Amino acid sequence: MHNICKDYPQGREVVKILKNVELTVDQGDYLAIMGPSGSGKTTLMNLIGCLDVPTSGVYLLNGEDVSKASENRLADVRNSTLGFVFQSFYLLPKLTARENVALPLLYAGVKKRERLRRAEAALEMVGLGERVDFMPNQLSGGQQQRVAIARAMINAPKLLLADEPTGALDSASGQQVMDLFDELNENGATIVLITHEPKVGARARRLRRILDGALLPEEGGGADG
Amino acid sequence: MLENISLAFQGIWAHKMRSFLTMLGIIIGIASIITIVSTIKGTNDQIKESLIGSGTNAVTVQLSQSGSVYDMSWQAPPEGVSPITEETLQQLADLDNVVAASLFSSRQVYNSEICFGNTAWSGTLYGVDEDYFAAGGYRLTVGRGFLADDFSKFRKVAILDAAASAVIFGSASPVGEILEIKGEPFTVVGVVDRATAGEYVIESYRDYDMYYGSNAGGKVFIPLGDWPIIYRFDEPQGVILKAASTDDMTRLGQQAEDLLTASQISADAAQNGFAYKSDDLMAQAAKIQELSNATNNQLLWIAGISLLVGGIGVMNIMLVTVTERTGEIGLKKAIGARKRRILWQFLTEAAALTSIGGVLGVAAGVGLSRFIASAMGTPSAVSYPAIAVAVLFSMLIGVIFGMIPAVKAANLNPIDALRRE
Repeated sequence: MHNICKDYPQGREVVKILKNVELTVDQGDYLAIMGPSGSGKTTLMNLIGCLDVPTSGVYLLNGEDVSKASENRLADVRNSTLGFVFQSFYLLPKLTARENVALPLLYAGVKKRERLRRAEAALEMVGLGERVDFMPNQLSGGQQQRVAIARAMINAPKLLLADEPTGALDSASGQQVMDLFDELNENGATIVLITHEPKVGARARRLRRILDGALLPEEGGGADG
Repeated sequence: MLENISLAFQGIWAHKMRSFLTMLGIIIGIASIITIVSTIKGTNDQIKESLIGSGTNAVTVQLSQSGSVYDMSWQAPPEGVSPITEETLQQLADLDNVVAASLFSSRQVYNSEICFGNTAWSGTLYGVDEDYFAAGGYRLTVGRGFLADDFSKFRKVAILDAAASAVIFGSASPVGEILEIKGEPFTVVGVVDRATAGEYVIESYRDYDMYYGSNAGGKVFIPLGDWPIIYRFDEPQGVILKAASTDDMTRLGQQAEDLLTASQISADAAQNGFAYKSDDLMAQAAKIQELSNATNNQLLWIAGISLLVGGIGVMNIMLVTVTERTGEIGLKKAIGARKRRILWQFLTEAAALTSIGGVLGVAAGVGLSRFIASAMGTPSAVSYPAIAVAVLFSMLIGVIFGMIPAVKAANLNPIDALRRE
């Protein structure tokens, strides 16, 4: 993975949600972005996640300028380069854990047998190897989020993007999920966390705060680990 | 694609009740169309069968003037029309797909020309050759047919058809009785019957002549060689051809018309409107089928409206489904599903929904038409092309009415879609 530069001097017609944001995430980084609601952190997350394109500015992801990519190209980039973890998991209720995890590979054109095999391996990795055939509603919140993380990791993303990953979990499950993130980072995954919980932000190696659409300069943060 | 189809069926199965109710419009529409088409086909088959007679395939070609059969009972034999020779008959027999060819004379008789005792009979008198009964699709029911001796020795023998036998002799057997034909005694030797029976469409005097005029009192047959004993020897004759199959009848009739008109009728006579005309039973069948189809086609349009309503129902429920599954769509887009894939997913689901509806509708339609057929005694026949078209068409309805919801789903912005839940 190469250096990722993000540079968004962004201005929308009326409200400037993000103002001249400069951000670089290196391979293996573990960054938390914190800010109160309305600060623009969700917009930033959408931009980082290629769910949206900046009004102006340049976003280099994995060396590719995706700030002006087509919709289909963005879909492919999301599929091959990014992994998403959401606050409310977004597992498909009618698919088993294994099928949920395998879903991104379907869009990548991987054959079914291979998809399911890799999905099992990914579930193994998040400690749910015993529950591959469970439906989402048979799993606890923490387990569901771990399934979601397995899904995010299945395509070996260059960047794992987590939006309030513990927001819907009790503290014990939240703790487990955060432990999982730490472990993934130790194994080389690049992680960007969006959160408003200081405790969660403190787990990351780097911490940036966002306020009124402007990214504040880096502070000491949670230091290492 | 396969993945989409199985997902679509899962989606439909997950909402059994809702899916079934949505399908109901399609089911009813397709069922009524299948019922109507089955009835149309049943009626058409019946018309064709009863009119043409299974296996009879007889084409009659007679002299006509200005479109009507030339009837010698009240007018003199025409000038410029020569009697049909053995060679001409052989030419006709040599046409493709002719099984038998036969020569005959005929005329309407009234005015006590034929009597049994004191009872006068009116109907059609035929002078026929050896092949006539075979070519015309008659079978002997009582007594015997004409023998070789009857022809060679000019025996005065007669055969009646069932109608004539009933008119003259009632239920008694006519065999051995004597008929007086223009004063000459003819011994009745047998009765024949024709398998063909049916209703005809009368559009002109010629049609009436052809189908009813000659049938009213029945038919009396005598050997062709006896004809000059009672009538003139040079009266123009008709021909009856037995075709190999019903499909050959129309073509054969036309060929015979052309051949006879060209060989028998002088230019002057042709100027006066003389021509040989065939009784085109296939055309008759088509006429009747058209009549019944015209009304049934209107029914089909009405059934089509119920399909339209069904389609709108599908669109409605698909829009609901898209709204319900906004989160799913958002997630799929976020993890890399392209627009087209989402579009296909929902199109497949709509098409699967209506296809199942179509299949159920076909089953219901076949059942319903069988039930109606047995309850009301109307004909019904399953039309396999119609079934294939119905299922394909219901799939098409799914694609058409699923298009708007599917486009809506495909165009959902993943950010909005994920935020909404």
